[in-house]
Amino acid sequence: MLNLVTLKTPVAALGREVLVFTRNLGRLFLFFARGFLLIFQPPFQFDKIRQQIFFIGMKSVFVICLTAGFTGMVLGLQGYYALVKYGSTAALGSAVALSLVREMGPVLTAIMVIARAGSAMAAEIGIMRISEQIDALKTMDINPLRYLISPRIAAALVCFPLLTAIFDVVGLFGGYLSGSALLGVNPAFYFSRAQSSVETVDIIGGFIKSLVFAVVTVTICCFQGYYTHTRAEFGAKGVSISTTSAVVISCVLVLVTDYVLTTFLL
Amino acid sequence: MTDPPLIQLQDVVKTLGVNRVLDGVNLSIHRGEITAIIGKSGSGKSVLLKHIIGLLEPDGGSILFEGRMRSAMGQPEKKALRQKFSYVFQDTALFDFLTVVENVSLPLAERKGAVPSEIQRRVRDKLSQLDLYDVDHKYPSQLSGGMKKRVALARALVTEPEIVLFDEPTTGLDPIRKNAVHSMISDYQRRFGFTGVVVSHEIPDIFFIAQRVAMIDEGRIRFEGTPEDIQRASDREVRNFIEGLESPRDELTGIASQSIGQQHLRQEMSRLQRHQISFSIVLMSMDNLEDIDRIAGHVASQTVFKLFADHVIQNSYVTDTCFRYAINKIMVVLPDTDEAQARSFCLKISRTMRHSALFDSFDTVRDVCFSVSAGVVQARRDSVLEDLIAAVEEGQTIFYECRK
Repeated sequence: MLNLVTLKTPVAALGREVLVFTRNLGRLFLFFARGFLLIFQPPFQFDKIRQQIFFIGMKSVFVICLTAGFTGMVLGLQGYYALVKYGSTAALGSAVALSLVREMGPVLTAIMVIARAGSAMAAEIGIMRISEQIDALKTMDINPLRYLISPRIAAALVCFPLLTAIFDVVGLFGGYLSGSALLGVNPAFYFSRAQSSVETVDIIGGFIKSLVFAVVTVTICCFQGYYTHTRAEFGAKGVSISTTSAVVISCVLVLVTDYVLTTFLL
Repeated sequence: MTDPPLIQLQDVVKTLGVNRVLDGVNLSIHRGEITAIIGKSGSGKSVLLKHIIGLLEPDGGSILFEGRMRSAMGQPEKKALRQKFSYVFQDTALFDFLTVVENVSLPLAERKGAVPSEIQRRVRDKLSQLDLYDVDHKYPSQLSGGMKKRVALARALVTEPEIVLFDEPTTGLDPIRKNAVHSMISDYQRRFGFTGVVVSHEIPDIFFIAQRVAMIDEGRIRFEGTPEDIQRASDREVRNFIEGLESPRDELTGIASQSIGQQHLRQEMSRLQRHQISFSIVLMSMDNLEDIDRIAGHVASQTVFKLFADHVIQNSYVTDTCFRYAINKIMVVLPDTDEAQARSFCLKISRTMRHSALFDSFDTVRDVCFSVSAGVVQARRDSVLEDLIAAVEEGQTIFYECRK
């Protein structure tokens, strides 16, 4: 009898975990679907969307430029030393441009926005939850998903592709700085190779990725904050764990979806 | 009480975690009345309030609005119902990223067909009624606890709701503001006729404004009735709870509390019957507190009432008992005094009030008119206490008037 219980316990625990995971996945999907559809419910919340675009997009421009500049410079440097062995440093432009447009741009933009805006979103919504501000919205007959989540989803969908585009361009110039200005690759070769090797399909692929990352990031971050009260930890501790989970889960999911998307897009 | 209740809770059960917070609550809330919910901390008062507004759904039992079960209502009906409600949270739940004006205007601004100029007017009205000046563009974190409470009240009342639920609206306020909030709730309820449910620890002050009181204990309604009923209740738990919370002194005025006053009245009555020592009762009411509310705000009106109480105390002897009889009434028990002496006591007060510089400051407020009425009755050997009180209430005539 004892043995049977010993055998059943881990299976039951596994089953419980799977059930919790599936339920959360369902809730997450519904959370996004409702938040997304409510963007289109009149009256449109232009003002709130504009504020979120400023917060997610405008305020991230500096950090994106900084990251993009150095990423491009490292790509230029590494690419140069890899290519110089084969005497084909002229291909540096295409190496840097393709890595940026297809992979580095969307992924690093998403990760930087998660670090800057995603964590803030989770913490802000989490604090609103524990201080009953979300309940207060409900008592005023204001749908909290529409008021809090929809503008953030809309803003992320606008900002992610634009930030990715900025990342790509700044990164390309970063590569030029290290590859051409420092290491002497002909700038004309660098830019013409970059232009000729990148095709529209690569850019569209990059943008699709950035849109998917926008959805993943904003949904996970808002979801973690919104359901802070369901955690075992209460108050400030709960908010801090929600924020950490939001950052970790969305970063990991960005990398996982990146792999999945790349398989389809290639 | 022939009308069916506006809100009815039937055998409502709720378990949160491992605690059975509500264990079969039955409660009726009637239209146009203020129902006070009292009970020990952690007895489920706030949870009960959240069930009424629909923030929590019961595990068992049902909640009816005008005889219709909420769970059976469709979405449009639920939405219409939600718009009739307002809720004042215990910890204010103000939006910390919005300014005071934005907080108060939010419930109006998010409604369909909102006109900005109309919203602005209503918000301004509400803020001035609650003595909130020069805070429009401040954030909640820049305000004191008392101010936050008032902003939360303004936000709840700006939509002119039919039903307002207050979760400890006066906790953490000073006595004048506490009484100002109570008088505001009672005044608004009279003016707009909303139905109020107030969770409160302010005993006996809450009894002055509530028409019904329900005491919750261990997840059930232990007592339901009028404030007079609960003060006479024989249930030991109810008595212990009320007596435990009740302060012997009224916080605002510093005079005796109602129960101490009632006790003195009974003692005088038995002294009269045993030793034939007569006594008189004087009941003084400030009749036009609402005028001061309207012109100068609820804090000003409570300050005037406090000043008035100070005059009564100054003119009474140590052996006299002054106690707060209602939100705007003070009763004085004068032992060994006949009716003529009691009348001269009233005259003395009215004279000192006339010569008081404190009251002059209110005379300068244009159009303010407030008057004090007094009723005097002398107890006789065959008098019945209830009849004496009825007589003193009926026989009130104006004895002081301040008019510009």
